[in-house]
Amino acid sequence: MNWLNAVVQGIFLGGLYALFACGLSLMFGVMRIINLAHGDISVLGAFLIWTISTQAGISPFLALVPALPVMLVAGYLLQRAVLARSLRGGVVIPLLTTFGLSIVIQNALLQIYSPDVRSLGSAAGSISTGSRRLTSQLSIPYLGVLTLATAVLVLGGLQLMLQRTGFGREMRATAQDPDTAALVGIPSASVYARATAIAVATATLAGGFLAIHSTFDAASGPTQLIFAFEAVVIGGLGSLWGTLVGGVVLGIAQTAGATINPQYSILAGHLVFLIILASPRGRAILTRSAG
Amino acid sequence: MSEHWKVRRSDTGTRVAAASSLLLAAGLFAVPYLFQASVVQQLTSFFILLILAVMWNALAGYGGLVSVGQQAFIGFGAYTTIYLTQHGVTPYLAVVLAAGASTVLAAILSPLLLRLRGGQFAVGTWVVAETLALLVALDKGLGSGTGISLRGLNIYSPELRRAYTYWLTLAFSLLLLGLVFWLLRHRTGTALQAIRDDEEAAASLGVRTAPLKLVLFLLAGFGCGAAGALTLANTLFIQPQSIFGVQWTAYMLFMVLVGGLGSFEGPILGAIIFFTLQNQFAEQGAWYLIGLGLVAIGFALFLPRGLWSLFADRYQARLLPIGYTLESSTHQGP
Repeated sequence: MNWLNAVVQGIFLGGLYALFACGLSLMFGVMRIINLAHGDISVLGAFLIWTISTQAGISPFLALVPALPVMLVAGYLLQRAVLARSLRGGVVIPLLTTFGLSIVIQNALLQIYSPDVRSLGSAAGSISTGSRRLTSQLSIPYLGVLTLATAVLVLGGLQLMLQRTGFGREMRATAQDPDTAALVGIPSASVYARATAIAVATATLAGGFLAIHSTFDAASGPTQLIFAFEAVVIGGLGSLWGTLVGGVVLGIAQTAGATINPQYSILAGHLVFLIILASPRGRAILTRSAG
Repeated sequence: MSEHWKVRRSDTGTRVAAASSLLLAAGLFAVPYLFQASVVQQLTSFFILLILAVMWNALAGYGGLVSVGQQAFIGFGAYTTIYLTQHGVTPYLAVVLAAGASTVLAAILSPLLLRLRGGQFAVGTWVVAETLALLVALDKGLGSGTGISLRGLNIYSPELRRAYTYWLTLAFSLLLLGLVFWLLRHRTGTALQAIRDDEEAAASLGVRTAPLKLVLFLLAGFGCGAAGALTLANTLFIQPQSIFGVQWTAYMLFMVLVGGLGSFEGPILGAIIFFTLQNQFAEQGAWYLIGLGLVAIGFALFLPRGLWSLFADRYQARLLPIGYTLESSTHQGP
């Protein structure tokens, strides 16, 4: 039972979950909807990176360079074409729409790419498996450090954008009160579209890291959505840095569970989530953000 | 000039429709005598889908609770039946008890889940479903990941077994339809429709939304648990991935969206359409599901009140007397 190693690995796993969660958190913060297709969009991004990487024979990290702009545009169009209309329907319609989208994306990927499980770990080279051995019980994986650093950079960048730039101010204004924001000249439709574009791009980034870190297939989306959601709720809805904390807590819960018994890892994460949801802190988190 | 106004609950149209529905329900009991076993089994599957559609509509259409995790109750109902039969309970009684146990599960989960709103409730229910699936997969006594079959039904001949399963399914469907009808016709029906239309406005008028949502959640737990147990009785073999799978939600969502969200007749229509599509196209595999998803998105965006709303709005029609019409003594009509 190596608890120190489990905690350390859990922190790095948390970086990956935080990457998944930040897009979900952004969309929830700005548009008040949970995008049920978020996990499938990140898997779509992973497949896109896989296709570019295998076709052009380049490393997945380089494949991110063309993939991210493509997904940025795709996210923007997704909002303008599909989600914008659903937002008018209240709370229920966006959930139904994004769930339908999730089914379509999953099965389209299944049809195009077959059910084979893939990984980009080998294409990424030695960084995906290399690590630095600190003691006989503890080693630090390079990929884990890279993922966590990316997560911190992305979250920091988003936070900076929201607090310091005009673009971010518009987003905060629309999140607080879209109608009044429209009165002072901020077009909510384009702000929502930009938020969705950023969320889809971060989802693609997360999907890429997932593909390098482990395996993925067309049906991996819903699991990642659930992890992302758990990270967001554990860390506190509406707070970007909270998403990182939530991801780390979830990661540690899963690696701790795995240390007891490999079959318990995902279950441990769910149980920690449910316990936090049931606790008074959970009640406080949810009531603060509802409304 | 004086007119007398009266509030009527039913008119000729609904009286005829209600009477024909009752005749149809009575006639359906005769099916195993008239048709062969494969038809009986198909109809059993149809009624299970009908139960699911009506339950999901009760939650989402009337309560505004979009649950992406009702499969938790479907699976719980099925596995409780297995558990009970392993401990000596006769299978059909186990089905009924399992439905009751699902209601208890819903009651236990309600303080946790019902304080969630919107998307959080959706994913929260999904997490519960995934947790239950993982717990079952870890239990060797319940077959773990490879699945388990229902013993104890082989004392009946296949035809008799199918007939009994059919009658039990039909009885549950009629019971659940009756419960929803009673809820809607009673004073709670107006409250439910108020919550459906605008929850905050309803709450500001004094409608007690929390107890009503609890009732709907318990009812849906009961119905989905029954559906799961009946699915087991129909197919005799279950696996955690499929009985706890999110595709059940996809089916329920499709049936309710296409038929009509928030109406009594909508889910019935949706179940008929889905059942027909399922029989025609299910072999197409991924393309069929892509088509389902696209149709669901289309309906969610453009016609959320479903196909029934097209008929009902045009002809001011209702199948059952759950509404109110105002009539004056000088002339008839809505």
